[in-house]
Amino acid sequence: MPPPSPAHDDVVHSESFLRSLMRRQLALSILCGATFLAALLGMPLLNYFAPELMATRVAGFTLSWLILGVLFFPFVWIISWFFIQRSIALEEVEVDRAQAGKEPR
Amino acid sequence: MAAAPVLAQAASVDPWILAFSLVTVAVTIWMGFRSRKTSKTASDFFVAGRSVSVGWNASAISGEYLSAASFMGVAGMVMSSGYDALWYPVCYACGYLFLLLFIAGPLRRFGAYTIPDFAEGRFDSPLFRKIAVCFVLFIGFFYTMPQMKGAGVTLAYIFPGMPYWGGVVLVGAVITFNVALGGMKGITLVQAFQYWAKMFAISVPIFVLMSVLGFYNQHVGANRAPGETAAPVSAITRKATPEKAPKDEAWIAPFGPLTTKAVNAAAAALPVEQRAAYLAEHQRPYSLLYTYSLIIALVCGTAGLPHILVRFYTNPDGVAAKRTTMWVMILIGVFYVFPPVFGVIGRNLMPELYAGVGAKGTDKVVLELPTLLSARGSVLGSVLSGITCAGAFAAFMSTFSGLLVSMTGALAHDIYGRILRPQANQNERLFAFKTSAILVGSVAIVLGCFVEPLEINFMVGQAFAIAAASYFPLLFMSVWWRGMTMQGAATGMLTGGLCALGAAALTNLGTLALDKGPMGKIFAGFAPLNAFWAQHPLLRILCEQPAIWTVPLAITLMVIVSKLTATAVPGDIRMKMLVLHAPEKLGLKQEYIQEHQAGAGH
Repeated sequence: MPPPSPAHDDVVHSESFLRSLMRRQLALSILCGATFLAALLGMPLLNYFAPELMATRVAGFTLSWLILGVLFFPFVWIISWFFIQRSIALEEVEVDRAQAGKEPR
Repeated sequence: MAAAPVLAQAASVDPWILAFSLVTVAVTIWMGFRSRKTSKTASDFFVAGRSVSVGWNASAISGEYLSAASFMGVAGMVMSSGYDALWYPVCYACGYLFLLLFIAGPLRRFGAYTIPDFAEGRFDSPLFRKIAVCFVLFIGFFYTMPQMKGAGVTLAYIFPGMPYWGGVVLVGAVITFNVALGGMKGITLVQAFQYWAKMFAISVPIFVLMSVLGFYNQHVGANRAPGETAAPVSAITRKATPEKAPKDEAWIAPFGPLTTKAVNAAAAALPVEQRAAYLAEHQRPYSLLYTYSLIIALVCGTAGLPHILVRFYTNPDGVAAKRTTMWVMILIGVFYVFPPVFGVIGRNLMPELYAGVGAKGTDKVVLELPTLLSARGSVLGSVLSGITCAGAFAAFMSTFSGLLVSMTGALAHDIYGRILRPQANQNERLFAFKTSAILVGSVAIVLGCFVEPLEINFMVGQAFAIAAASYFPLLFMSVWWRGMTMQGAATGMLTGGLCALGAAALTNLGTLALDKGPMGKIFAGFAPLNAFWAQHPLLRILCEQPAIWTVPLAITLMVIVSKLTATAVPGDIRMKMLVLHAPEKLGLKQEYIQEHQAGAGH
């Protein structure tokens, strides 16, 4: 790798800044993604191993139908709302950090 | 002589249904024409000048996304297959979460017109652009086929006696014309309008129908679940279900007719005494496999649809891209609660549709269900049926024009503008855009004429499976892994995508060979395929729902080949990653462009 040019010798262009930037954002994404996947991939398993439970009637619906056909949508909205709040806050912290780093050391 | 049947047909056309449909078409075309005055530059045509607000853009993305599959296909499939079909609307809506979490923000920050632009910019490779362009066209054509079927079904319903292909040609020609005139700026307006048209057209009729005919939960409850001696709700008077319809227990419970089709076909080929044992052993495990493969295809596929991704470039920045995605999830999530209700009520009160095939089958339940009210002697049934027809028009028109814009963009911007004639001027580019639009539109119309026997929703699922195995791994891996090389990305995307494409094509050819109409004769040569699948139901499932093996295959190949060609990682990869992930406020994008231009000389 070529030595960084003098103009790029600040926090923003450093390896450590990129690493922490990507790690924090990916950690948040994976946290939200894992919650979602656990619910999504867990549904077929529940249907497979607990068919009687999932066939319980709730106001005419089977439990399984109610969850998949109606309740799943708001669940996903909550995850996405949480993600957006957190990721925008994260970006603001990063901007502050980077701008503090641009000051002469 | 020829006038007599035409007059007889005209008399059987319901004036309300015709009026609502014509108004939708007229407004769409008028908006396209109106916007022609304001879209002048090439940037206006491709990404609407990058200045669309979150509300407009979210409505437009939703409008473009809710296709004939969502509006008509989901209801038809819930009616024909029951619970298992619910995975489609859920994953269509929730797939956006993957897009939001891993792809939307970085992709917008990188800034490029299209996915092939991103592919070239990320790997500094014009060759890779050519490979990436192919998939815009592959996925696009697979996606246009069901839209064309939606058009054929709707027009055959509005004009009884009109041949299926007539509707395909008519609608295809009108939209192609519209896109060639308006470009994408017009489309953003039209798409946003069409989302609200579709939302109105699905929700208002279903609330009126439910208040007269009984609510969603009552209609689900009128079906007996496994283990119950009788259905819990007896207030609904059901019509007798015909022989072809699935039984209550199979329809309402998971692992029903949709996911067990291959195993049932295999069991039917066995001697009678072995069938029960065979089914008991294989039915549920294979069905679980099918469900997972379907989920992977839809969730990953949503994050890799070229005609949706191109819209993220119309956001002003990465934060707006994220906010837009969230609003899209809310808008389409609310929408997707309704289509299954049509399917459920249709099963109880309009079971005669089970006997129909092609354009006369369950795919038209959304259009026809409101006429149940006409039978009670009111004009309301016709009005509501007119509204759902107008919604269906909005659905296939908006998705088809969106696909047409992105496929035309691929041809005009990527193939003509970048590969064939990079020195073309503004006027030549606009002319290329219009010519490409007509070319792509014509091919889509021809393909659409062949697919009458296939289910709308199923075909859209196949387009998702191809996207899931090609663009999703490409975008996901190149955004988050800096060790990725062009060779790795190309190998993985090509192998995964082409395997999914081949599997989907084989499945369709096999299904078309089974058709009893003219298509069965054309595709009769593929009948042995079905005999083979009856022997090997597992292979049939892996072919029908390929995502469970093609997505991991694509990602594995990307990792292995990239490791082998590690020296080919672009030299300025750290800067590229910074542009993808750092907030816009730091101004890194500008710096990157300047350096890139300065560095291009050596």
